[in-house]
Amino acid sequence: MLFKILYKDDFRTLIETAMKSVEVVAPKKVGSNARGKPIHHYLPVTSFEEIDLSYETTEYSAKTYFIPYLENLANYRFGDEDWEKEIQYRFEPRMILGLHACDISGLLRLDKVLIHDKFPSPYYIARRKNTLIVGIDHEPCEGGFCHALGTNVVSHGFDLFLTDLGDRYFTAIDSDRGYILLNKVLTHDVKEKDTKDYLDARRRISDAYTTHVNVHNLPNLLDIEFESDVWKKWGAKCLSCGSCAQVCPTCYCYGVSERVSMDWASGAKVKQLYSCNLVDFAQVAGGHNFRPEATTRLKYRYYHQHRGFVEIYDEPKCVGCNRCGRTCLAGINPPDIIGELQAEVRK
Amino acid sequence: MSIEFQPYDIIKDTDMTQPIDFNQRNKLKSVDRAFKAEITNIIRLTDMEKLFQIRIVDDAERQRFTFLPGQFVMLQVPGYGEVPISISSSPSAKGHIELCIRKAGVVTNVLHNARRGAKVGIRGPFGTHFPMVQMHGSDVLLIAGGLGLAPLRAPMFYVIENRVSFKDVHILYGTRQPDQLLFRYQYEEWSLIDDINLQIIVERPDATWAGRVGLITKLLDNITIHPEKTYAIVCGPPVMFKFVCGRLNQMGLPMHRMFVSLERRMHCGMGKCCRCNIGSTYTCIDGPVFDYWSVMNLKEAI
Ligand SMILES: Cc1cc2nc3c(=O)[nH]c(=O)nc-3n(C[C@H](O)[C@H](O)[C@H](O)COP(=O)(O)OP(=O)(O)OC[C@H]3O[C@@H](n4cnc5c(N)ncnc54)[C@H](O)[C@@H]3O)c2cc1C
Ligand code: SF4
Ligand code: SF4
Ligand code: FES
Repeated sequence: MLFKILYKDDFRTLIETAMKSVEVVAPKKVGSNARGKPIHHYLPVTSFEEIDLSYETTEYSAKTYFIPYLENLANYRFGDEDWEKEIQYRFEPRMILGLHACDISGLLRLDKVLIHDKFPSPYYIARRKNTLIVGIDHEPCEGGFCHALGTNVVSHGFDLFLTDLGDRYFTAIDSDRGYILLNKVLTHDVKEKDTKDYLDARRRISDAYTTHVNVHNLPNLLDIEFESDVWKKWGAKCLSCGSCAQVCPTCYCYGVSERVSMDWASGAKVKQLYSCNLVDFAQVAGGHNFRPEATTRLKYRYYHQHRGFVEIYDEPKCVGCNRCGRTCLAGINPPDIIGELQAEVRK
Repeated sequence: MSIEFQPYDIIKDTDMTQPIDFNQRNKLKSVDRAFKAEITNIIRLTDMEKLFQIRIVDDAERQRFTFLPGQFVMLQVPGYGEVPISISSSPSAKGHIELCIRKAGVVTNVLHNARRGAKVGIRGPFGTHFPMVQMHGSDVLLIAGGLGLAPLRAPMFYVIENRVSFKDVHILYGTRQPDQLLFRYQYEEWSLIDDINLQIIVERPDATWAGRVGLITKLLDNITIHPEKTYAIVCGPPVMFKFVCGRLNQMGLPMHRMFVSLERRMHCGMGKCCRCNIGSTYTCIDGPVFDYWSVMNLKEAI
């Protein structure tokens, strides 16, 4: 990995220049919650002032820029006896600025499924390859447990990654495109003092975590605790609303439906992100439902995150951002569930 | 100062410019392109099921299309939806395929109202297949209940066309009522084939029924199994697996020599939508064909 020092004024120039030729998406404050905490979203920005890189976290992950909530997979034009199908991929370049390590880890999880596994998704690849990612280090967010899953640091999956050293950024470069971009402004070689400041900053961050989740042997534990009362307890609270999957950076499941225009001249095949907590997720024609209870669906979601995905890709799907825990109206959250499962086996 | 970004145009990606071949699973990127196909013939089997003979329109695509017995396609009716359907014809017929479809909901009802000449889209073939080559030299039991005869027909055609490669062949088929029997017009042909034991049974006979009466397991009573050189393919509703496979196991047939086909909700066929998951197993990629040992070891499978 190549590192450079980028002073904040030069960084600003860089972003302002980038804004002239590509869409820049960055964390932006959109309001405050009931406790007075600011709420941020990743949104397109047109001036540097709109960007708030000191944000703690966002309600939604940035996955919507890679796997949108609604996406046209194909458009149809209907004729008398026939139809024509047309597929379009997005390839306008875009920059996402200010992603945290967990969210970049989330993209790496999605890459495994949507790029590197069987039947690579062209829709995703087109968006991913045309998105420049500038990540940034940050103080731990409330309830986040990324450090337990090793997703609090990333060494690839981005173009540039910044660590704030006060007046300058310690900048990691992971792509030629990132390198070319950075060369547009003045940068400096890393000196001993910079490295020391960087390591101090990293240490300070990793000491600041307050949420501790024990994921030791979790895949096997989940198998052993398949019938555990923990699932019954939390399953009984679940509203089957699917919000957890919507905000999760790594939940990618979906449903497909068809839309037609009123005059039947055209139509579209539309993909919509789904959630395995929704009641009809596994329901088939004739009405049979393979997971009729909220409990089995909630359990299934945790199994996919922490067991099924590990079996296939050697790491959990969950990156520990705790967005699902924060959004859940029923208070269902991974630190509590995993903690209780761990407690079960110690009984 | 300005910044130029050269967009990556996926259409020009070499993998995208190749002809579509869904058997190239790790490379295929044109996942949502489909073969355009034409319904050439519709055969009414019962009130609920019709057999659709379908031909891929493009000559080159039709020639290239190959599948293995047990695989399925995603059948697309633009404007209505896409459904997984097992290929119910001989693998040697390539891009002329037959799909036996039961009226079950939106898309299948539209298909039942479709006319000859209608254009549909096909993506596939997808999924695992019955290991026919591995079965060469063995006895085979082909067992179907109800609509299970649809996925069973591809391995059946394979066995019939390669009769010389198999020892004893039994086809056992059962439905609830006689009017639910599929492909009645073919029974005579199948039973005339040199040395194929075809047996049919119904649970609730009507006045015209002269054949056997009872559950499908009854047909196993007069069959002797040589466990070390027998394979079984069992297609039908999941309850049937428990009874039939359980019975075969009692008769000495090891579970890894029995193959079944599972059904789940499917929206992609490519391991992307997660709708078909059984635990962490994708029915569309790791299945639909599983050996029975694997099925017994999957949580929530049947
Ligand atoms: C591997 C496989 C092979 C199959 N082979 C056959 C066959 O040979 N003949 C046959 O008649 N049927 C078969 N089915 C079942 C068939 O797919 C469903 O009957 C069909 O999807 C119902 O769609 P619908 O739009 O008519 O029903 P609706 O209830 O209106 O369904 C809406 C949507 O739900 C999904 N869906 C509903 N039920 C199922 C289901 N059982 N499996 C998968 N997705 C479903 C589909 O995406 C469908 O478009 C098979 C299913 C699978 C998984
Ligand atoms: S866990 Fe919470 S957010 Fe997820 S479906 Fe249940 S109630 Fe909704
Ligand atoms: S499961 Fe929850 S904590 Fe884990 S990545 Fe998804 S939203 Fe974040
Ligand atoms: S059908 Fe979509 S993952 Fe299997």
